[in-house]
Amino acid sequence: MTVEVRYFASLVDRTGVEAERVDLGPGAGVADLWELLVARHPALGAIGYRPMVACDLEYARWDRILDDVREVAFLPPVSGG
Amino acid sequence: MVRLQREPIRVEDLVAEARGDADGAVALFLGTVRDHNTGRRVVGLEYFAYPEMAEREMTRIADEAIRRFGVSRIAIVHRLGSLDIGEVSVAIAVASAHRAQALDACRFVIDTLKDRVPIWKKEHFEGGAAWVEGGGTASSV
Repeated sequence: MTVEVRYFASLVDRTGVEAERVDLGPGAGVADLWELLVARHPALGAIGYRPMVACDLEYARWDRILDDVREVAFLPPVSGG
Repeated sequence: MVRLQREPIRVEDLVAEARGDADGAVALFLGTVRDHNTGRRVVGLEYFAYPEMAEREMTRIADEAIRRFGVSRIAIVHRLGSLDIGEVSVAIAVASAHRAQALDACRFVIDTLKDRVPIWKKEHFEGGAAWVEGGGTASSV
């Protein structure tokens, strides 16, 4: 399956892209995806915290399995207001 | 009513959107761009969002506040893009029959928005810019 990955704020500076498509095997979860992304963008691995994650526009846990998920977003701590 | 917009916020329009004739109170919160942060002089802010999700979360917060506090209507607008010192970055209008519920709901909305709506600010200061993420400043650009 293919998921659309989106990055925000400082994560964009670390990856150099706002979005990308990633192929995953069945049963893969958020943590598997992150591992793959860190291999692709080593600067992601150096952030020193686990970003919040959203699956199809809803906050999700890191143990979320991505079958049926179309879009995964990694979100640094928010700072609106 | 919630929205993200790049244009300046017209506060009176927001109040009018929230208020109905059964309301005796409108609580209004304005977040404004200040000229300093963590001891550093700030010249402006730039706001970015995950817009589809941010609008969804803002709607959810407004619905939750209406349910929890029994207020009539809530309007929330957040700016995106570059803002100068003194500009309104977020405005919340809560209309209610009585003031106590309006004030409590308004506080709940801004606190919850700052906690979970996917919007980020980048601080511009003399000689650079840096993302503000959560309470502190994560990285320099």
